[in-house]
Parts: sequence; structure tokens; C-alpha cells
Amino acid sequence: MNTQIKNWFSSGRPYVWLNAGAVTVSAIMVIGLLLLIAVRGLEHFWPADIAVFDYYAEPDAEKVSYMGEYIDRDTVTRARAGNIKYEGDEFTRYLLKIGNRDVYGLDFAWVIGAGIKNESYPEDATIIERREWGNLHGFIKSVTVNGQTIESGDIWQTFQETVEASNKIHEEIRHIEKDLIGAINYKMERLRLQERRLEIKGNKTPEELADLESKRAELQSEYNVYTEQLAKLYKEFNEPFFVAVLAGGKEKTVNFSIVVRAFRPNAMSVFDKIGFYFEKLWEFLSDEPREANTEGGIFPAIFGTVLMVIIMSILVTPFGVVAAVYLREYASQGPFTRLVRIAVNNLAGVPSVVYGVFGLGFFVYFLGGSIDQLFFKASLPAPTFGTPGLLWASLTLAILTVPVVIVATEEGLSRVPRAIREGSLAVGATKAETMWRTVLPMTAPAMITGLILAVARAAGEVAPLMLVGVVKLAPSLPLDANAPFLHLDRKFMHLGFHIYDVGFQSPNVEAARPLVYATALLLVLLIIVLNLTAIRIRNNLREKYRAAEQN
Amino acid sequence: MQQNKTNTLEVDETGEEAVNDNIDSTPTHAINLGNIVDSSGERVTLADEKIAIEVSDFNLFYGDKQALKSINMTIPEKKVTAFIGPSGCGKSTLLRCFNRMNDLIDSVSVNGQIKIDDRDIFDKTINVAELRRRVGMVFQKPNPFPKSIYENVAYGLRIQGVNDRRTLDAVVEKSLKGAALWDEVKDRLDDLAMGLSGGQQQRLVIARAIAIEPEIILLDEPASALDPISTLKIEELIYELKEKFTIVIVTHNMQQAARVSDYTAYMYLGELVEFNDTSTLFTNPNEKMTEDYITGRYG
Repeated sequence: MNTQIKNWFSSGRPYVWLNAGAVTVSAIMVIGLLLLIAVRGLEHFWPADIAVFDYYAEPDAEKVSYMGEYIDRDTVTRARAGNIKYEGDEFTRYLLKIGNRDVYGLDFAWVIGAGIKNESYPEDATIIERREWGNLHGFIKSVTVNGQTIESGDIWQTFQETVEASNKIHEEIRHIEKDLIGAINYKMERLRLQERRLEIKGNKTPEELADLESKRAELQSEYNVYTEQLAKLYKEFNEPFFVAVLAGGKEKTVNFSIVVRAFRPNAMSVFDKIGFYFEKLWEFLSDEPREANTEGGIFPAIFGTVLMVIIMSILVTPFGVVAAVYLREYASQGPFTRLVRIAVNNLAGVPSVVYGVFGLGFFVYFLGGSIDQLFFKASLPAPTFGTPGLLWASLTLAILTVPVVIVATEEGLSRVPRAIREGSLAVGATKAETMWRTVLPMTAPAMITGLILAVARAAGEVAPLMLVGVVKLAPSLPLDANAPFLHLDRKFMHLGFHIYDVGFQSPNVEAARPLVYATALLLVLLIIVLNLTAIRIRNNLREKYRAAEQN
Repeated sequence: MQQNKTNTLEVDETGEEAVNDNIDSTPTHAINLGNIVDSSGERVTLADEKIAIEVSDFNLFYGDKQALKSINMTIPEKKVTAFIGPSGCGKSTLLRCFNRMNDLIDSVSVNGQIKIDDRDIFDKTINVAELRRRVGMVFQKPNPFPKSIYENVAYGLRIQGVNDRRTLDAVVEKSLKGAALWDEVKDRLDDLAMGLSGGQQQRLVIARAIAIEPEIILLDEPASALDPISTLKIEELIYELKEKFTIVIVTHNMQQAARVSDYTAYMYLGELVEFNDTSTLFTNPNEKMTEDYITGRYG
């Protein structure tokens, strides 16, 4: 027996098992994590059926009527349920999304299963997504368009058409307000700055002033045209309304202007639901957030994250590569170089929030403040670069990730065989030419490896960003049609921060929870996509240089 | 040992004087030192050759360790000169001095002179890249760049700023033909050079070296990593190349030295023991040590 165990140990099998076990556990943890956030995040967009029922919180309590979708359930003991008068030691509780926040105050409610009576799933139960107050759950009683009230016949048809028309107007209004009037405001601001600059210089000539004034008048007249258009649109927009009957018989009059869409989940087939699911998913990816980030999409956050990572990559790669080339190829390899190398490696271990503080102090206040003093004096005291923004966030993350790029590039440089360098020098290339034409191209896979690690770290970083440029809700994207198109001074939204904000700063916890998962999933997917792209490029290059490195 | 050294020294000192006499007359010149070297009664032709490289009193140190001791020799133009000797004797080190490849090693220091075209290559005013353009080198292991065959050959020209496609095409073809590789690769010039066999790669590297039309080509054990057939091809190539180029070859293989070279130098422990025309050195060496080495009784 003893010798058997001894033999088993000396055969090395236990260690193989140990290793395999470790790999399995890691794999399960990773897959489990991804599955959890995927399931929790993705189920949110599914249009669940809505139940209509009467609810008695106590057997003898007054009846309340609810209309909502089941979100979650759990089983609690009598004590935790609050010693209610229903029989039994344990109760099943359900979390319902009941909507109608303007009526109930909350749009989620926990109910005791035992108190649910007369449950039904009527086909005409309607969920109406609104721009304010969350969803409305109810039955449509009448629709009033152009002064005509429709109470019977195909109300649903009319309702949907009106919603569509209303959304079209909404889009038009937004286009005018945001793009056209936004552009005018932008130009106005520039005129103001121009005037201010002239004032600072102290040589405001009447001609220049007149020129500015005429330009301003031009813009003003343009603006007036738009406001007229807007007034007309708003009149049309605000006119149609409908009356909905809520569960329990209460009636509510709502303007079509705040309706995003309406649907009747109980009447939908599975295919309808799948179609609707993807519509919602697309909205999540492509739309702007509404209702304190708990509704709508997260497009600005995706955009901000990607743009910041790209700018960071553009900053960090040349910086890291140049530093690595100097350290490895040109600096004499003495104790000082070794010290620098140790310092670089240690930089990678500094907590990221420290970089945030550094970025705020050095980049934002010192550099940004100086830039404002030098180039943007006209807009002071309102800061241009002297405030957190995209550029500073990217720079801070570039510093945070530069050690990774340096280390990876140095590694790559050391792998380029001496024979290749000598071969290049032997045909009359200088050291710099050898670097540029042969060594650096061969180091490209290693640089990209460094960049992959840098991107993975930067995309997931939140703490420093909170100090140097990320905001909960950015009024405009950092990239738009107004020159200079890329606005490095603007604040931006970021997926990582969005998760934190929605998860912990949201007034509506239940509504926010699935969005936390969905956003987390999206962030993970985004990093995977960025990495896969880089890995693909690297592998292609590596294939090319593999044979040369074996020399 | 000491005796040998004096012997070679004598040769070269005389040679140097002769060179100095001739500096102003003609750039390429013949020197006569036959009557000094000739100890076997045979006529030594080295003295009649034009000089490509002239080494005088050359010492090289790796840190404190002296690797080359007072080397004096003249390498003849458009001939093949072979360096033989046991491992660590300094033959590669000496070869790598001719295009200043040793500059890459921090601990190396030198004194003495190596003259090419009457200019000391260790002079401060020498442009090392220009020197290396004129003194090409082929290494022990084939070291093509991870680029296409075409780009490998065109590399040196591109460095010089030549980017005209027609010029490059012509030079690539000429060089590959010169390296006896054209027929094998002419249909796949855009393939990666790594796909070639070892022997082909070595010839490609030779093509790369001759593409920039150097005056001298240094070969550092060019066939030691190759199979016998590839070795044979390289040797044939060397034979053809000496029409146009001065060739200096370091080799471990004495048969190879005997086959390809016109002159052979035997080195031992950083000293030049004997330098003579190949047939003399192999059939009738001056020195006991040389004889021991070439007959395999070395040590």
C-alpha cells in the first residue's frame, strides 16, 4: 500500500493532476464570470410578459392592483418577511417592475406570493417607454390627435403611428437644437473669444468690431430662423396625447412627446420578441443614456473609451519605444541604466489612483493651466485645458502604461540576433539606419505585445480617470463636425466609470442593476476585440520574423 | 615563437617602406619583398601583388587581455587570402578589424595601423559606414534580413538612398547572378529570404555584400554551417569573385584554405606565425608550428 502511494508520487502523476486542476479552476472561474455577466446583462433586454393582478399585503388589507413584469424571486423566513398574517414559515417574494414611477413613487416592488390574487395576462396590456418617469404600464383608452379623439376601433394602430410621427419630430428637433444651433453657439463662442483677444491686445479697431458685429448679426438671424422652426415643431410635437387606464382603474393623460416606444409583450409571438430584443440591444449600443443613465444606451461611453484608448496608444507607443531603444541600444549599461530600469519596472506597480493624482496636479493644473495662460487667455477664467479632459486622461493612462511598453520593447530588442545587426552594419548602414530598417521592424511584434498589455490595462482603468477627465454624462462627444473636429479638451464618458456610476450612484438601484452587468459585459467584449485585433497583427508579424530570430 | 615573429615583422616592415615610397607615384603599386621571404628557394609571388590592406604593428585588446599581438601583413588585391589557425587564435578578430566590426564591442581597444587605400581606417576622420560599404563582410551563419529576397539584395543600395526601381532591378539581378543564385530564385524574388536553404541563404548574403560593389569582401568561415554540396558551391563562387574583389577568408578547414586561397596566413595565440602563398605554406612551411598544425600534430 505504502509503496503504491510512493510509486504514484514518484511517477509525477499527482503534479500533473495538480496542474490540470489549477488550470481547470482558473478556466471555470473565468468562464463563470463571463457567463454570469452575460446572462444577467443580456436578459435585461428581453420583453417579459406583464401580469395584471390584485395584491393583498395582508389577508385583510385593502386591495391594490398592480401591473408589471416579474424580475426576480426569493424565499424568506417569516421573521424577514416582517411577521405577516399569512400562514406558513417561509414566503416566496417576487420582485416586480411595476413602472408608473409618477404614480407609485418607485417603479419596482417586492410582493409576497401569497397575496397575489386574480392574476391574468391580458393581450392589450401595454408598456410605454417614456423619456421621463420611466415606463408606463397600462391599457390605452383613447388617443387624441389633431383635436380628434379616437376611443374605439384600431386604437393601437393609431397609437403606434402617432408614436412614430412624434419620434420623427423629436429627431428633427434634436437635430436642430443639437447640431444646427449647437454649431451656431460654437461659432458665437469663437466670436466672443475673438473679441476678447482683441480686447486683451488692446487694439480694438472699429473696423474689426464692426466685422465681428456683422458676423454676429448673421449668426443671430440664422438662429432666429431656427427658433421659429423649433416653435412650430414644438407646437406640433406637444399637441397629441393619449389617456391610459392603469391597473386599478386610475386614468392618466400623457403627451406623445415623451413617448419613446410602446409594446404589448403579452400579444407578441416569440419571433416578435426576438426582433424586439435586438432592437433594444441596438438601442443600448447606439443611443444616448436617459433617466440618469438607467435607460437608453451607452454609446457615448463606448465611444469615449475607444477614443481614449486610441489616443493613449498613439501617445504611449512612440514614447515607450524610444525610451526602450535608448535604454537597450544607446545608453551604456552601467549601474545608472540598471537603476533606471528598476525604476521603470516599479512604475508599473504604482497604484493607478496615484497616477490620477499626478495627472490632476501636473497635467491638468500645471500644464493645462500654463497652456490656458499662453494660448487660451481669451476664454479665461473659464479653463480650456486647465480642467480635466480627454487629452489629460489619455496622457495619464499613457504614463501609467508606458513601463509595460518599455519592458516589452526591450525584451524584443534583446531578441533581435546580433547577426542581423552585424549584417546590416556590414553593408554600410549606420547604427541608426540599422535600427530603423531592420531592428525596429523585427521588434514590432514585441511592441505590439506591450501595446496589448497597455490597452488591456488602460481600457479597464477607472480610478485615475475620475480625477482627470471622465464624467457621468458628457453633453457632447469629443469628436464632432465643428473644427477642429477632435476636441481633446472635452470631458468624456467611459464604460468603466459608467459601471461605477450606474451601480453605485444611481437613484434607481433595481433599474440600474442589469445595466451594470450589460455594461460590464460590453467593456469586457470591447477589450477582447481590441486585444484580438492587436494579437492578430502581432501574429502575422511574428510569423514573418520567426525564422530570422532562430539564427 | 619569437623568431617567427621577427621573421614576419621583417617582411612587413620592408613592405611598409616600399608602400611609403610609392604613395605619391601610383595608387596601386607593386612592392618587392620576394628576396626576404624566400627561405625555401622558391619564388614568392606575394611581393609582386598590389596591396589592398596593409596592417602594421597592430595590437588589439579585449579589456586587459591582448588578442592580437603586433600583427604586420599586407593583403594582396584581387586575390584570395585565407587565415587559418586554431580556435581563439585571433583570425576572426583580425578579419573583423578590417571593417571595424569590433567597434561594436565596448571593451575593445586597438593600437597600430590598418591601411586601406593608404588611409588608416582607425583615423578619426574615417566614416565607418563608408568603410563598411567598401569592405563587405559575410558571416559564419547566413544572416539574411527578414525581408524578401529582392529587398535583402537591395538593402545596401536603399541605405545609400537609391530607390529607383530600374536601377535596383538591374543591381539585384547582377548581384544574384554574381552570387550564382539567380537561376534558383529569379521566379520568387518577393518571397521571404528565410524560405531559402542554408546554402542559398549564404549565397544571398554574398549577393547582398557584392550588390554595393565593395573593394574587399571579408568571409568569416562562410561555409562552416553548410553541407558539403553548398560548401562546394560557395568555394566555386569565391573562385569567381576574386576576379573582381579582394577576398579575405577565415576558415577552420585547411583543405578549404588550400583549395580556394592564393595566400594563407597561419595564426596562433594572437600572433601571425607565417604568411605565404598557399602552396608554399602547405607544402613547405617555414615554421615548425605551421607544419605541426597543417599536418594535424598541433599541440
